[in-house]
Amino acid sequence: MHSDNASPGLRLAAWGGLLFLHFPILIIVLYAFNTEDAAFSFPPRGLTLKWFGVAFSRPDVLESIKLSLQVACLATLIALVLGTLAAAALYRRSFFGKESLSLMLILPIALPGIITGIALLSAFKTLGIEPGIFTIVVGHATFCVVIVYNNVIARLRRTSQNQIEASMDLGADGWQTFRYIVLPNLGSALLAGGMLAFALSFDEIIVTTFTAGHERTLPIWLLNQLSRPRDVPVTNVVAMLVMLVTMLPILGAYYLTRGAENVTGSDGK
Amino acid sequence: MMRRLATLLYRRPNLYLAMLLIPPLIWFGAIYLGSLLALLWQGFYTFDDFTMAVTPELTLANFAALLQPSNFDIILRTLGMAVAVSIASAVLAFPIAYYMARYTRGSTKAFFYIAVMMPMWASYIVKAYAWTLLLAKGGVAQWFVQQLNLEPLLQWLLGIPGVGGSTLSTSHLGRFMVFVYIWLPFMILPIQAALERLPPSLLHASADLGARPRQTFVQVILPLAVPGIAAGSIFTFSLTLGDFIVPQLVGPPGYFIGSMVYAQQGAIGNMPMAAAFTLVPIMLIAVYLTLVKRLGAFDAL
Repeated sequence: MHSDNASPGLRLAAWGGLLFLHFPILIIVLYAFNTEDAAFSFPPRGLTLKWFGVAFSRPDVLESIKLSLQVACLATLIALVLGTLAAAALYRRSFFGKESLSLMLILPIALPGIITGIALLSAFKTLGIEPGIFTIVVGHATFCVVIVYNNVIARLRRTSQNQIEASMDLGADGWQTFRYIVLPNLGSALLAGGMLAFALSFDEIIVTTFTAGHERTLPIWLLNQLSRPRDVPVTNVVAMLVMLVTMLPILGAYYLTRGAENVTGSDGK
Repeated sequence: MMRRLATLLYRRPNLYLAMLLIPPLIWFGAIYLGSLLALLWQGFYTFDDFTMAVTPELTLANFAALLQPSNFDIILRTLGMAVAVSIASAVLAFPIAYYMARYTRGSTKAFFYIAVMMPMWASYIVKAYAWTLLLAKGGVAQWFVQQLNLEPLLQWLLGIPGVGGSTLSTSHLGRFMVFVYIWLPFMILPIQAALERLPPSLLHASADLGARPRQTFVQVILPLAVPGIAAGSIFTFSLTLGDFIVPQLVGPPGYFIGSMVYAQQGAIGNMPMAAAFTLVPIMLIAVYLTLVKRLGAFDAL
């Protein structure tokens, strides 16, 4: 399989592709330190840390960060509970409607976000629920469940049944077996799923556009900023921050589930 | 207490199953599917152009309006972009996936894996924002074009009707590049997974039977990578189809399906028409899924 070396052309295409994927990210990092206050000129004239202070003293930025953190935490919590329940229900027994239930879990990320967003919005309107943090959380939790579900079900499938049977044979009851065998086994899968769900929620914009009402999560704040050229340096700093918050969990999740399953399951949007 | 509950649940597996299932079922069955169906149902409601009011009188007018030339153009424009983005992503992704699967192992493979995953998960809106910086006047792209003396080439590309535009950031080409960039990782990983599963013995057999490397590639490797390409294209296709942020930030004016839905429900206030428009990506994706299912895409997910 690895008998021969890659041709120079292939190697160039592969490494070039990686460069292409990372170049815009590097640009965001670079511009966060840019000294200019209203231009995109490249290469930058100088580097400074000044804008970090400016960004963190802006009440609207802080407000959005706070809201995004709150939403992401709540959505992650709901996703952890529902995703784990669904995985526990679906991983072993087969029953009527099992396939359609797993399809239903994937639907929120398989369908374009705009459909989920507008469907939830019109349902909230019909029910007379005012858009706000509650409606944002409901939207986010809906598409975060599948991430937790994928991680947990993959781990459950790998957990050896022998351990559970051994525990029962040695006299442990159902609760003890769950507490001392199943839960420790699930721990890192839950953590990985939770981190990914958090990153997904923190970054989500399409569903949020519909369910947020007048609230502004950090991505929505960013989108609004794009029509305000005067604020470019602050926008750049926040962009880099959001980038970090969404990228770091993938590293964490990778190390937590290393050598095991595909951590993200399928879609990331 | 806990103990007795656990024993009870262990003895009554159906009760246990029901307790596990009810919360997710309520959430997805009632909240999510319910609102989805309610939305599609609204597509049959009547919207009065003069009073701007929605009445629950059932009509097919909204769906018929999708076929009007102005609306149909939007559908074709979005569909064309989704197809172009999927093809370009497959072409760009293949060498990366191929190199990852065949020529890396151990820590290099892990490095490649993370290096593809990180941009995939990095914030969508920040990636789109990065491209508005890259493509802006006096921005990075222009600087590179100037350094490499490629201005005539760029001008020529921007001059092609249907591809170009007045500047890079207001051209179809620019929008296309942003889409390809954002969805590329979603194509790389499924192809890599498909190639990873390719048994080395097949390649040996092919070589033993006298095939040149090129023949092996075309007749053995490529066909076995098709399910991966098809799986990846589900993402690139459906994600492009529903997007409304990138078309808003980069490229020439003119609606995409997503931006039309957004405008209809927001500024115009015509919820029935917005609902009718959401049916378009659902249908297109359903058709697309049945097509790629034949190519084995679901086995490669």
